[in-house]
Amino acid sequence: MLDLGYNATLVMIGAGLLGIAAGVTGTFLFLRKRSLVSDAISHSTLPGVGLAFIVMVAFGGEGRNLFGLMAGSALSAGIGLLCVTWLTTRTRLAEDTAIGAVLSVFFGAGIVLLTVIQNMSAGRQAGLESFLLGSTAGMLRIDALTIAGGGALVLALVVLLRRPMTLSAFDAEYAASLGLDNRRIDLAMMGLVLGITVVGLKIVGLIMIVALLILPPVTARFWTERSDRVVLIAGLVGGVAGAGGAVISASAPALPTGPIIVLSGFALFALSFLFAPNRGVLAALADHLSFRRRVHLRQGLLALAQGQPVYEALTLRLLRRAGLIRRDGVATDAGRAAAAKALLDERRWQLLRADLASETAAARYDGLTPIESVLTPDQVATLDRALRPTVAS
Amino acid sequence: MSGAEFVPLSLPPILIASFAAVACALPGNFLVLRKQAMIGDAISHVALPGIVVAFLLTGAVSTWPMMLGAAGAAVVAVLLIQFVHRVGRIDPGASMGVVFTAMFAGGVLLLEQSDTSSVHLDVQHALYGNLESLIWLDAFGWESLLDPVALAGLPPELLRMAVVLVLVTGFIRLFWRPLKLSTFDEGFARTLGMRTDLLGLALVVTAAVAAVAAFDAVGSIIVIAMFICPPAAARLMTNALERQIAWSCLFAVLAAVLGYVLAGYGPLWLGAPDAVSAAGMIATVSGVILALAALFGPCRHRLGQPKGA
Repeated sequence: MLDLGYNATLVMIGAGLLGIAAGVTGTFLFLRKRSLVSDAISHSTLPGVGLAFIVMVAFGGEGRNLFGLMAGSALSAGIGLLCVTWLTTRTRLAEDTAIGAVLSVFFGAGIVLLTVIQNMSAGRQAGLESFLLGSTAGMLRIDALTIAGGGALVLALVVLLRRPMTLSAFDAEYAASLGLDNRRIDLAMMGLVLGITVVGLKIVGLIMIVALLILPPVTARFWTERSDRVVLIAGLVGGVAGAGGAVISASAPALPTGPIIVLSGFALFALSFLFAPNRGVLAALADHLSFRRRVHLRQGLLALAQGQPVYEALTLRLLRRAGLIRRDGVATDAGRAAAAKALLDERRWQLLRADLASETAAARYDGLTPIESVLTPDQVATLDRALRPTVAS
Repeated sequence: MSGAEFVPLSLPPILIASFAAVACALPGNFLVLRKQAMIGDAISHVALPGIVVAFLLTGAVSTWPMMLGAAGAAVVAVLLIQFVHRVGRIDPGASMGVVFTAMFAGGVLLLEQSDTSSVHLDVQHALYGNLESLIWLDAFGWESLLDPVALAGLPPELLRMAVVLVLVTGFIRLFWRPLKLSTFDEGFARTLGMRTDLLGLALVVTAAVAAVAAFDAVGSIIVIAMFICPPAAARLMTNALERQIAWSCLFAVLAAVLGYVLAGYGPLWLGAPDAVSAAGMIATVSGVILALAALFGPCRHRLGQPKGA
């Protein structure tokens, strides 16, 4: 890691900053449930790249100036974004249709321009295809500085705008009642996304830049329920994926930077998806299994208490393992006590649910919760007084 | 232009592009109405890893394994998207973005890692296709259309695309009523006992088959554009599904023919010597059609929305 060359270090810093900024910006897009708009924005940068190249060559420039290409891509991405907004608000088309239409048409137009450039004498070695998949080969110092600086600028703007954007994402009407203009907040958010796309174009490429905007917030969402922490974790995930991906890709040949960064982010996502507490797959699975065990135990105990035979294999196994029945299926002392307690609990619940006055408490009934955890001891005692005649008979 | 030049050089690509466009636009109508338009986008992105994996397994650039690979990748992607959406409780758009970008990145990485320099397999090809190279060398003019020996030399993509078009049309004809019903009122369709989930998956698989066949011939840009643009433009022309489908086929063919002609001959008219990408131009023309429909289409407004809004 320390023997990274000067160039690779530059790329790593640039990619890391870009990742942090993209993760943080993407979070607001994700909270607005508009993640895929970024796909339209990123694809519609292509005609801008082509046009900027043609214009720069026409004015006698070199054509490959990164700053000029970025300006062109920002312009056409902005037009693409306006087209999506216009199609969604002014026609009956849904937002996903508008996104798909804009991304494919702009991308197609960009490809046409790329073939035009290939036919130009100055365009033979233009290498504009590298904007499709990203490339860090032959990246200049000024390029890396532009990317790092752009990432830092977007990050600063997000920090400034975080409050209105969070408010608008969670409760747009409340935001409007405070005098905030949701449309302008949305526009600002999309502007930031556009900034990330343009800055990241060179490293990750326009097809995969959306991954940097989508993966970090989705990953972060598994770990917390609080929006400010989602923002922080998403920035962290994006930064780790960006810098880590750049380091890995510099470590060996034939490891292109863009895909490695995206796959590093995906690895973080997959780990979180599996192992995160509460929202992760394994946690959900454990939850489900423990719920099933409790239901089976409870039903088994109720059957024992009422002298009914138990046939279900899982129930028998659970009862036996808990020492509540013997191998031949007859209840042990502990089993009889637990069964009687379960039956009493069920009778108390029955009584409670029959009483309209205690509707709120009765709503907590799920067949598993002990009634003592819902009612106070004297409320339980009142129930028991009403139960006594039936118990006595 | 004489038949001697047109029939061998331009007729097969125009026919292939038109078949591909219609085959994608047909299922696209339902995808657009079901708000699943981005499924087409996802399918065309994940076709790349599917093709690369098929190539690595078979070691040869042959059509059928690659089409199977791409179709398999599409099904895997759709299932993964559902899995992330349901189990991870992530909204559908974001889960789609997670899955297809990661799979695409995997495909690019595999492509870079494996030695494909000796064969014609690269990302650019997957994106633009090679419509211009699908020529019919055995033809000498219009009379070749009746000559069985010359007909045997037609590009195989033409026959493949025609078969896929028939399959797609057959699927939609066969399941017309259930498709229509479940698209507009899924709850009602389910109360009638329809397996709307299976039908939805079948629609996606049909779309994937059309996409993969088209992908092989014309590249992924046309696929995404044709899934969405002609149906979206048709949606702005009429309120009846039957007429919408007719319009979308018309728009698809129009975009294919006009796009091909503009790409092949447009630069010549402007005095430039070389043609531009036909796939890109077809997508562009379909966008122009959509723009015109959005500006002037008779049904462009939402129902109930005032005309001036």
